This record gives sequence, C-alpha cells and structure tokens, in this order.
Amino acid sequence: MRSVGQPVRKKDAEALLTGQPVYMDDLASRDCLIVKLLRSPYANASVAEIDTKAAQMVDGIEAVYTWKDVPEQRFTLAGQTYPEPSPYDRLILDRHVRYVGDPVAIVAGEDEACVDRALKKIRVEYEVLPSILDFHDAKDSPVLVHPEKSWRALCPVGADNRRNLCASGESHEGDVEAVLSDCDVTVEETYHVKAVQQTMMETFRTVCYKDVYGRLNVMSSTQIVYHVRRILSNALGIPKSQIRVFKPRIGGGFGAKQTAVCEVYPAFVTWKTGKPSKIIFTREETQTASSPRHEMEVSVKIGADHDGRIRAMDVYTLSNTGAYGEHGPTTVGLSGHKSIPLYGSLEAHRFSYDVVYTNRMSAGAYRGYGATQGIFAVETAVNELAGKLKMDPVELRLKNMVREGQKMPAYFGETATSCALDQCLARTARMIGWKEKYPYRDLGNGKIRSVGIAMGMQGSCISGVDVGSATIKLNEDGTYLLSIAASDMGTGCDTILAQMGAECLECPVDNIAVSGADTDTSPYDSGSYASSTTYVTGTAVQHACEKLRERILELAAKMLECRAGDLDFDGRRAKNLQNGREASLAEIGVRSMCNNANALQVTESYSSPVSPPPFMAGAAEIELDTETGHVEILDYAAVVDCGTVVNPNLARVQTEGGIVQGIGMALHENIQYNQSGKLLNNSLMQYKIPTRLDMGKVRVEFAGSYEPTGPFGAKSIGEIVINTPAPAIVHAIANATGLWFRTLPVTSEEIAMGMLEK
Amino acid sequence: MQINVVLNGKTITEEIAPDLLLIDFVRNHKCYSVKRGCETSNCGLCTVFLDQKPVLSCGILAARADGHAVDTLEGLLEEAKEFAMFIADQGAEQCGFCNPGMIMNAIALFRENKEPSDEEIREYLAGNLCRCSGYEGQLRGIRAFLEYKKQGGALCVQ
Amino acid sequence: MLKIKEYVKAESLEQAYELNQKRGNRILGGMLWLKMSNARIHTAIDLSGLGLGRIDETEEEIRIGCMATLRELELNEPLERISQGLVRESVKHIVGVQFRNLATVGGSLFGRFGFSDVLTGFLALDTYVELYKGGILPLRKFVEMKRDNDILVRVIVRKTYGNYVYLTHRNTKTDFPVLTVAVSSDSRGARAVVGARTQKAVCIALPQEWKCRLDQGNCSGKELQELSKELAGEIPMGSNLRASAGYRRHLAGVLIRRGLLALQERGRQDAD
Repeated sequence: MRSVGQPVRKKDAEALLTGQPVYMDDLASRDCLIVKLLRSPYANASVAEIDTKAAQMVDGIEAVYTWKDVPEQRFTLAGQTYPEPSPYDRLILDRHVRYVGDPVAIVAGEDEACVDRALKKIRVEYEVLPSILDFHDAKDSPVLVHPEKSWRALCPVGADNRRNLCASGESHEGDVEAVLSDCDVTVEETYHVKAVQQTMMETFRTVCYKDVYGRLNVMSSTQIVYHVRRILSNALGIPKSQIRVFKPRIGGGFGAKQTAVCEVYPAFVTWKTGKPSKIIFTREETQTASSPRHEMEVSVKIGADHDGRIRAMDVYTLSNTGAYGEHGPTTVGLSGHKSIPLYGSLEAHRFSYDVVYTNRMSAGAYRGYGATQGIFAVETAVNELAGKLKMDPVELRLKNMVREGQKMPAYFGETATSCALDQCLARTARMIGWKEKYPYRDLGNGKIRSVGIAMGMQGSCISGVDVGSATIKLNEDGTYLLSIAASDMGTGCDTILAQMGAECLECPVDNIAVSGADTDTSPYDSGSYASSTTYVTGTAVQHACEKLRERILELAAKMLECRAGDLDFDGRRAKNLQNGREASLAEIGVRSMCNNANALQVTESYSSPVSPPPFMAGAAEIELDTETGHVEILDYAAVVDCGTVVNPNLARVQTEGGIVQGIGMALHENIQYNQSGKLLNNSLMQYKIPTRLDMGKVRVEFAGSYEPTGPFGAKSIGEIVINTPAPAIVHAIANATGLWFRTLPVTSEEIAMGMLEK
Repeated sequence: MQINVVLNGKTITEEIAPDLLLIDFVRNHKCYSVKRGCETSNCGLCTVFLDQKPVLSCGILAARADGHAVDTLEGLLEEAKEFAMFIADQGAEQCGFCNPGMIMNAIALFRENKEPSDEEIREYLAGNLCRCSGYEGQLRGIRAFLEYKKQGGALCVQ
Repeated sequence: MLKIKEYVKAESLEQAYELNQKRGNRILGGMLWLKMSNARIHTAIDLSGLGLGRIDETEEEIRIGCMATLRELELNEPLERISQGLVRESVKHIVGVQFRNLATVGGSLFGRFGFSDVLTGFLALDTYVELYKGGILPLRKFVEMKRDNDILVRVIVRKTYGNYVYLTHRNTKTDFPVLTVAVSSDSRGARAVVGARTQKAVCIALPQEWKCRLDQGNCSGKELQELSKELAGEIPMGSNLRASAGYRRHLAGVLIRRGLLALQERGRQDAD
C-alpha cells in the first residue's frame, strides 16, 4: 500500500506548530458578548428567590437569565445517537441545583469586567436540601436527585428517578455461581476508580452568532457537531434548520467534548439577543463543572482451578453518574463487556450494574469509557489470582486469553475476527524483560524494582448505531475534496482518512483536501467518539472513493467513446487499453463541469453490525522507595493490536499519550471533595497530570493482525491505549510491597503507611 | 497607564489597565499563538520571552513589561519552523494547543544549552504540560532536531 | 480575579515604603501567588526599577536583591558553591523554568508560605534578611515576625562554610512539596529544617554533641534513625490535599535521617 501504513505528516501540522490562529478564541469576533455563569455553592438546593435587578443595571450588561427565562423541556447534553440512552434530565437553568457548580444564572455583557461585577450583584436565596455525596448511599435513598415529573428516559436502560437510578441491568451466560463454587481458587475484591478529568489543554468553549438568514451559527470546540445541533434544538426548542454547528481546530477532547458542556449557554444568549456571544470555561470550571470519568466501584469474583484454568467471572459495577445522567447508562456497560471477554476460557460469566445519581458533578465520556474502570478491576483480580495460584501471571493469561476466531459471549456474542493478543502479551513481556525481572529485585538500599503487567481491549465503534459518512468530490484540476463530520481533535483523523482516500484513488495524500466538521456542509457522522472514526468513517471514505472511481471511469468512457470496463485508471489518467486513448484526471474534472449530469461527487455512509476489539498488553517497571512510598516509573512497554496501522507515527503517539494519561490516573490524579461536596482538585495546581518528568520511558510496538471488516484491515486505537497502565502499575506495586492497592490513585502515602502496618 | 513594549521587534506605546496580564496584552495584539490553559501558572502554554528569557505571560502584568522586549512565536517563526518540522515528523503536535509554548521554551533551551541531554531536556521543559502526546514524540523530535543541528543542518529536512 | 487600580514603578525604596503603609496598597513580588487571588489592590508597587535583581558576592557574604528570580538563584555559581548545591536543589523542582524566571526570592520569603522550598533552603544556610526599616536580622527571626508593611530589600547569605543537604518529597516532580527537609552543619552548629508541613518551616538545632559526631562521621544508622524519629515527633504537622499529618511525620523521620546520613558522609569526606 502506498498511502495507508505510511508515517504521513498531519495535514494541519505546520499551522499548529507555528501557532496560527485556528482555535475558537483565535477566530471568534472581537466584539462578542462575554457569557459567564453564576454557579451554586450548594450540593443540593432549590433557588427560593433570585434577584437580578442590580446585576442588570451594571454598565455593559446585555442580559441576565435565570430559571424563569429558559424553556421547560428537558434534554440531555450527552453526544449520543437519538434516542439517547442518557435520560432527559437537564434544563438550561434549573430551579433545583444538584451539585456545587450547577449553573444558577447566565450573565452576558460587553466585557469580562462588567460580567464579573454583575455576577457579584445577583442575590440568590437558596433552600438548602439534604444531599447524597457518597454513591453507596444513593440507590433507594429518601433524598432524590431528580424528583421532577418531567424527568424521562427515552430508552429501556433500567432507569428509575424515584430510586436515584440512571440505569441498571444484568447479563449472563451459564450458571456463574455454580461454576464459581466448583472452582479450586477464587478471588473476590472490589476496585475503585474515581471521577478523573480528561484535562485537555483547551478548556470548553463556544462562540455563537446569527447569520444573514437569522440562523444560529455555533462554532464550538466539540467532537460531535451533529449531536450538538440536536441538543441545541432540544434545549432551545427551535428547528434544526435554524442551527449550524461547526468546529475549528480543537485543543484536545479525550471524550470531554463528547458532551455539550458549554454550548447551550451562549446559544441561548445569541438566540435571545441576536448578538454574537462566547463562553470560555475557566480551568476551574473545566475541572469542577464538566464531564469527567464515571466514578466506578467494580466488584469482581473470579474462579480458577489449580492448573490455572480460569472458569468463571462475576462482575458487578456501581457507577456514579453524578447530578445528571450523561453517558451513565452506556459507560457502565463497557466495564463488563470490555473486560470479561479478555478471557476466552470462561464456562460462565455474569455482569450486573447499577448507575446512580448523586449530588456530585455529572460524569461524561473519557477515553476508555467504562472499559478503563472494568479492565483495572478484572486485570488486577487476575493478577491477584495468579498470586494465589502461585503462577506467573503471563503464563496464566496465555492459558486463558481470548484467541482469534473465538466467540466472545460477554461481547454480545461477536467473534474475534482479528486478535493478536497472544503476540501482544508475549512481546510486551520480552520488551520489559519479564523473565529476568518478575516479580521484583531488592536493590538493598531501601529501593525495590519490580514489574507488573496487564491486558486491555476496547471496541472500534458502537455496533449497529454509529454512522460515519464521507463526501468525496473531484475538482477540475484532478485534486479532491473530502468532507467529513468526524472531528479531528488532534488525533489526526483528517490525515488518516485522506490517506485511505489516497489509497483508493491512487493519488498523493496531498491531492486530497479535507474539510469538516460542519453540519451545513459535511455529511452526517455521529462524531468522533467510541474509537469509531478510523473504522466506521474510514470505511465510508473507502466506499465513497470506490464509487467515485466508478463515476470517473463512466465519464471518461463517454469522453473516450468506449465502455468503462475497457478503461484502466491509475490515479492520474484513464486509459483505453485497447486503443491507447486516454484522458487525464484533470481533463475528466474539467469535462465534469461542462454539459455533464453525472456528478463527480459521492457521499457514502457506513454503519457496522460489529465492533471488532483492538487488543493490547502493557507492562510497567517501577522503582519503589519502601520508606517514602515513592513510585518511579522506569519503563513502560506496550504492544498494540489495532489491525492495520494506518499511520504508524500517529498510532504510536496516540498510544504514548494514552499510556501517560493512564500513568497519571494510576499514581497522581486525585479527586478529593470537602464535606459539603465541593471538589478541591479544581486547578492544574491541585490536579496533577503527569509532566515529562513523571512518566519514565514509554516504548510502543504494534502486533500485526488484519481485521477483515475494517478499512484496509484497520481497527481502532484511540481509547484502548489508556487501559493497561493502572492495572500494570498496581501489579508492580504489589510485587514490590506484597500489598494490593485497589483504589486509584495509589499515593506514596498509602504505600508508605501500608508498609509500616505490614 | 502608559507602557512602551517592544513586541516582536515593534515598539508599541499603549494606554493599558494596570491589572492587564501580559497574555491578554499580546493576544490583543494578535499574537494568538499565546494560549491560556490554566489560571494558576502551571501549564506553560502562555510562554513568551521577556528580554529573551522564557516566562509565563499569564503570571506577569503587562505593566511589568514596560521598557522591555517581549517575543512570541509570531516573532520567531523562522527559527520555530525549522525545529517544528521535526515535531511534525513524529506526529507529536497532536491537538497543537500546547505547541507554541513548548516550542518557545525549547528554543530558549537550545539557546542556553546547545547539546542538552535527555534529562536536561525533560527538566527544562517540565513546565510545559501536554495531555495528548505522552511527551515521547516531542523528545524524539527534539533529539532529531539536535542531531540535525549538530550535523550543521546538513541533513535534508523532509 | 486580581484587580489593580493604580500602578507605581517605585523610584526609591522610601517612596515604595511610604506607599506600602496605606491599606489596599501592595508590593509586587513575582506576582505568581498574588495573581491567583481575588485581591483588590489600590496601588501596586513595583520594585523592579530599583536594581534589586542582582546577586553580588563579597568576601563574607552573598547579597541577593529581593527581585532576583528563583531561576537566577538556581544558576548562581557562588550560591551553588557556598550551599553545596542546596539552593539549586531547593528551587529546581518548582513548576518550571518559565515560572522560576518570574518568581522572586523576596516574594517567596516575604510570604513565609507553608509550602515553601525556598524558605526551607535558606533557613538551613546562615541567612539574613535586610528590611528597609527593620534593618538586618536573621531569617529565623524574620520568619517568626508578624507580617507587616516593611519591605524585604535583600537576602544575605553569610559564607559560613559547612555541609548542607536538601531533600524533598513530592507527589509529582514539579508539584508543591509534601515535605521539605534541609540539614546543615557549620560553625553555627548542626540543624534540621523541616518545611511544607502545611505551616512555615521550622528550624531545630541539634545538640552540640551530635554535631561533633556527625562531623566526625561516627553515628550509626540506628542512632540516626532514632534521633530523626525523635526530631520528627517534635514538629507539628498538618494535613492537606497532598498528605496527612501522620504521613508527614513519618516522612520527616525518613528524610531527616537520610539528610543526616548524607551530612555525615560529607563530614567523613572532609575529614579524609
């Protein structure tokens, strides 16, 4: 292949690296109204009185809105395909505020200073209500987070607002209890992952204005232009024809921007006032009032025989969706469906879950989307099981892991059509020096070096749901334009989709310009999430380009007065092999624009009935200070099976980035609330993502598999890469200390104090 | 109050509010490469040079720049571009939002230390956060660039 | 957000001092902490035009102007030599180069912050501060004083040659410290300074007998462990987001012991 598989530079590289003005706040008009929010200081309260008169009198203030001013229909901010599994439980502003940070008023004014002044002048009287801060207390609590009658769930996800349930369910195969009771050895433990933050460098932000037709134009830093259009239509109660949503370059997303966290506020302001307006969340708002990972407590019971055959797994997940249900019913599913299937040997399994409302910030989508939490639990349980069995955890896994061609009952019965997990694990073990280093080496100076290992999987789309589309069109000079509504958020999808197009059309990648995402001009795409862009939108690109090839040949046949079947197309010209007559692509392009009724433009959509999992193994080597508890990551080795690697540079950097995020989650990124429910890790000073000094060395390789249903054999890469560090590092810590830490992050304090108690 | 600042080689005399931060001053002058990633001076996105030294423009008043020279990436494009293409060759720019700050600080490093070790690179750039790349690709790009410079820039830049 | 109404670039210390006596007026240091506050300042007083950014070495001392940045401390050769790397080690973990190019030594010490690496480091050296009205006094005394409206003009480190070691524990490499420990042995005696305990750093003088034994290098590991634990037990510790008081106490014991061991090792090398 000439383009697929090449380390092509990202199409936007030069603009990004030279600091060109390509992000929302660089492009927004300078005379926008500034929009800010007044937020609740209470975890659960009702707005008894709100007086905005003084605020409205402040010079430069355009408007102040409260719950009295907004439409009454509920909606969800989750970027999901309609009907959304997330319940409709939001208003633009609600009289009932449900977490510290829930918006109470919207203020719009001509500059920041006047808006700040006005915010201080709003007088609110709250009726403070009892709150649910601990998610263990939520289910069937007398305190209801959503007592309102207008709450509704569009899908049968086991939701019940009278019980604080956002979702609940169960699935199983075989009699898990019977098999577990028959096992020689079992491990039963509970693992806790907190509501960690995506912490993309660009905070949430949106600018809105009305166009010449009076339509609402929304330029937002979002992964989901079409879903944002629907969400705004729901929230404002206006037709979709009146809304255009498009994205500039995005300063990172990681799932955070798969929820319309900030769009409704400026949209409401501009719709009401007719004036352009913008909102830029502060880092504090981005940390405390956004869409982090779902806090989950995953209980795993796993059973095996003495010979190391893992026979049964029972997983129960309690998930905390916070004050609102965005992505609550769906993230939880992955905690079981993308952890249990790692093991192909199971005779029985069960997966059950409850997703509860609490008075904490609403959770959302974060890279890994529940799989991360489930895999941390299951992989740690398997490592604990290896300890109990006195077996090498690599051997134990090789004996039980899912293999190519195997049916995966816990993964909706799909078959692993491409799976190089065995190669991933064996190679990762070799890279880290498992044989020599497992389990630990005491350096004799209070330091211990140890290793830990884990596997992971993800999906390549939401099967039977996600839609990817592409429009490819021939320009008259023989170049192409590819329009998509998948969102390049730094991941490089604009480039890899062009690589796929170039492969089909046998042209240089540079000959394909990419445009998107824009609901006015891009064909429908559910958006960039669920690891789906390469697999789903990629297939749409492939289909569209194949069709365009046919159209090009049809027109060429007309020009050359022959049958299309007689023509050969090599990307530059169509040639009649019989008589040698040919037409260049540019000639065909020009011809298409004169006396022609056959558009050289093709739109194709694609949706996949399956979601082939990428697989991966990761291993950490650490040095642990037994007195201070400090963990130094020395080395992280990983091998990924993402099918065909479309762009080795971008796939590698995706993997390295995901691993370092996973290291942060394992060791540093903490979520701490005070007693009244205020999140204290509210800045980059208090929420510590890894710096380049905190990550050791990360080494990534790829294992070859070919996914027959994927474009050019590709699967996904975006999310899986965050899943192995937490279980691998916890394993390494256990190998160094003999202690299992089952709550993330594992702090040096916990390690040191644990060692003292030993 | 009035200040005189040499911004990217051009003298600007302007009436400003005393609490205007330097980041907002330079953005007001269309230096959009300078990004804000936090309010606590932790991310490094807003790095500019003040009298040739890298500083956080979110952590200093524009008033303090009175009588001094301020440089942003807009003023260093030639130098930046040469280096930047080595980051592009790794695909390590990713979302790009942290890039200008990182590139500014890397240029500061190269000016101070012609042949930094990996450890010196990591330490010097520790105040430049990146959430996308996992830093390894940036390091590879920097190493490749240093090697290129060591060879007298003789290697062909792709 | 920080609001400032007036800005005065002081032309003399006297002018700065006069302005600073008024409520609502503030002297600007590196401004990094100040700008995160919601302070409403009437007149911000800028000392940057007074030539106070210099670090000068004389026969007896190193004189550091209050506007010298942490980065300048880090790179200053005389300080490196006198403090045996302690000064560099105490500042190099603070956020990043660009931050340290702004943060000033005056701002860091005047704030007497409960998280301060800088305060811990300088307390271990023979350090004095020069106040505009208050004159020259030992940093130890200054730390105990209540915050007033005087101006910290200079930090003066006397060349009291000795051995110095700086240790810190942090959750991430450039985060605030969970605990800072500096130990020293010079002509003034031996001492351990413990900071970032959520309150400002404290300095504990070691009995003279210990100093002699440390300098001679004949303390056993076990003895130092007991001594360190005892010292750590005397120091009040607090809890915050980063760690509990109990962990800090434990860490203090560990880091003081490691510091003393390193100090003893240096003493032995000197003896050789």
